[in-house]
Amino acid sequence: MTTTRPEMSVAASVRRPVRRASARGARHKARWLLLTPFYALFLFVFLLPLGYALVESLFTEKKSGLGIGGERVFAGLANYVTAVQHTDLLGGVGRVLLFGLVQVPVMLLVALGLALAVDALTGTFPKFARLAAFLPYAVPGVIAAILWAFLYMRGTSPFVAFFATVGISVDFLGDDLVLWSIANIVTWTWTGYNMLVIYSALTGIPRELYEAAALDGAGAWRIAMSIKVPLVAPALVLTTFFSIVGTVQLYAEPTVLKSYSRSITGGYTPNMAVQDVAFGLNNYGVAAAMAVLLALGTFVVSFGFLRLAKAMTTRKAAS
Amino acid sequence: MPRLAGRVLLRGVLLIGAIYFLIPVWWLITAATKSSSQLFSSSPLWFGENFSLFDNITAVLTRQDGMFLRWMLNSVIYAGGGAAGATLLGAAAGYVFAKLPFRGSGALFGVVLASILLPTSLLVMPLYLLFSSLGLINTMWAVIIPSLASPFGVFLARIAAQESVPDELLEAARIDGAGEARIFFRIALPLMMPALLTVFLFSFVGIWNNFFLPMVTLNDSELWPAMLGLYFWGNQPSELNYHFVITGSLLSIIPLAIAFIGLQRYWRMDLTAGAVKL
Repeated sequence: MTTTRPEMSVAASVRRPVRRASARGARHKARWLLLTPFYALFLFVFLLPLGYALVESLFTEKKSGLGIGGERVFAGLANYVTAVQHTDLLGGVGRVLLFGLVQVPVMLLVALGLALAVDALTGTFPKFARLAAFLPYAVPGVIAAILWAFLYMRGTSPFVAFFATVGISVDFLGDDLVLWSIANIVTWTWTGYNMLVIYSALTGIPRELYEAAALDGAGAWRIAMSIKVPLVAPALVLTTFFSIVGTVQLYAEPTVLKSYSRSITGGYTPNMAVQDVAFGLNNYGVAAAMAVLLALGTFVVSFGFLRLAKAMTTRKAAS
Repeated sequence: MPRLAGRVLLRGVLLIGAIYFLIPVWWLITAATKSSSQLFSSSPLWFGENFSLFDNITAVLTRQDGMFLRWMLNSVIYAGGGAAGATLLGAAAGYVFAKLPFRGSGALFGVVLASILLPTSLLVMPLYLLFSSLGLINTMWAVIIPSLASPFGVFLARIAAQESVPDELLEAARIDGAGEARIFFRIALPLMMPALLTVFLFSFVGIWNNFFLPMVTLNDSELWPAMLGLYFWGNQPSELNYHFVITGSLLSIIPLAIAFIGLQRYWRMDLTAGAVKL
């Protein structure tokens, strides 16, 4: 706009479209300026590795006569067949599915209950409870697992000692219980976080809704069930979605507990199984195929959940 | 407001919850005051006969020539640097998606969101090979670079831009002749700052907890973050090193716990709570 033109009248008549066009150009330049740093890195640390894994999953190392080294040959889907038939992948997937089916609903119901309780009460105690619930989120998964390992271990566990006094012998780290012991660690770490997400959705609900419902004779329980819970449904969907993704990714807690429990194998969860094949057996092709299958499974389960949630809420809205 | 009986019941529920969340932390505090042998001979949820906390802290800080402090410093570098970079890059991208949408920007954003679903194990192995060929294995960059591109950060920053930058203000600035880059840095970024602090905190915790990636890309124990170091200390369970693991764990969570309580009002959970539209 700093250029001066001799014919001002002409300039004035063309000025607006010209300016709009140059503004559009400037906006376009700004977009790329602002997007490029992130996408350059994103390409480097997400898309490139993803592409590499996809390609690698189709190749295999043909062992030479001595069994060392070898040439890289196209293997088609052979790695995928091996991944399904001869690795811990499916066992791990079954384990995290079972884990998720129990742990995610339990954790989120507890989180919802605590959030409703904090929302319904006044005073300093609910504030304190909120802080106490959030504190475990400050404890990293590795530390949480170390901490609970001692709380599960015979000799240092107050719980094992308690059960022993009433004549019950429990082994939190044994075959039967260790999966649920891990579930408890994850629940302990994440309940408060999820509770706060739900609670902040609750505080966004206009109070007049409760007053109107109370005038209509609805009690506190009825208000909670018929107004509060439906209105925080989006927060519940979001927390469920991220909990599902987290469950599939289960890695730090079982890896740490492995040092304390004989019941946890090297391929206990899918992520551990992939790592085991990639860095333990150095079989990159099969490991890549396992990881790709795992990614597909994650997409199916998490988007399946979103569709289900959407169908349920629209049906509710229609009825 | 529920009736009296209901209030008592709700307080009871909260009390049980608080006990559940605090017991492990209480156990950790008492256990850090015991020597390894006392750990087994004393009551698990109370202090032992001798108060060994300071001996334990000295033991942790002097083990392997002060390696623990080195690990804590590494964690601060990784989480602080990574989170600052991820927040800034996320803010720029999130702002474009919220305020300068263009044809195809929805799809571009979708790709970022979908990448949240990629399992760590899928990315870690190719990253290891990629970083090996670039000579980045066993350098701090192997942990920092992947932390800088945070899909969740873009996701949150987009919401931050949507809720804190009014369109009218941008229009007014454009009419005044301000360039787009200037508008972002001088107008939008300051307005987004409080919400971006939340993004920073989430990223910080995420990187602080990072375990899989450093485990694969860092062999040199001098470069380990605290999580990895404590994992290796706890890796060979033996009565001889329990007090290192326990006291080290306690020391490692104190800075984060203080930051959590001190910055409580910046943990804006509503940033994610309303994010899903059904």
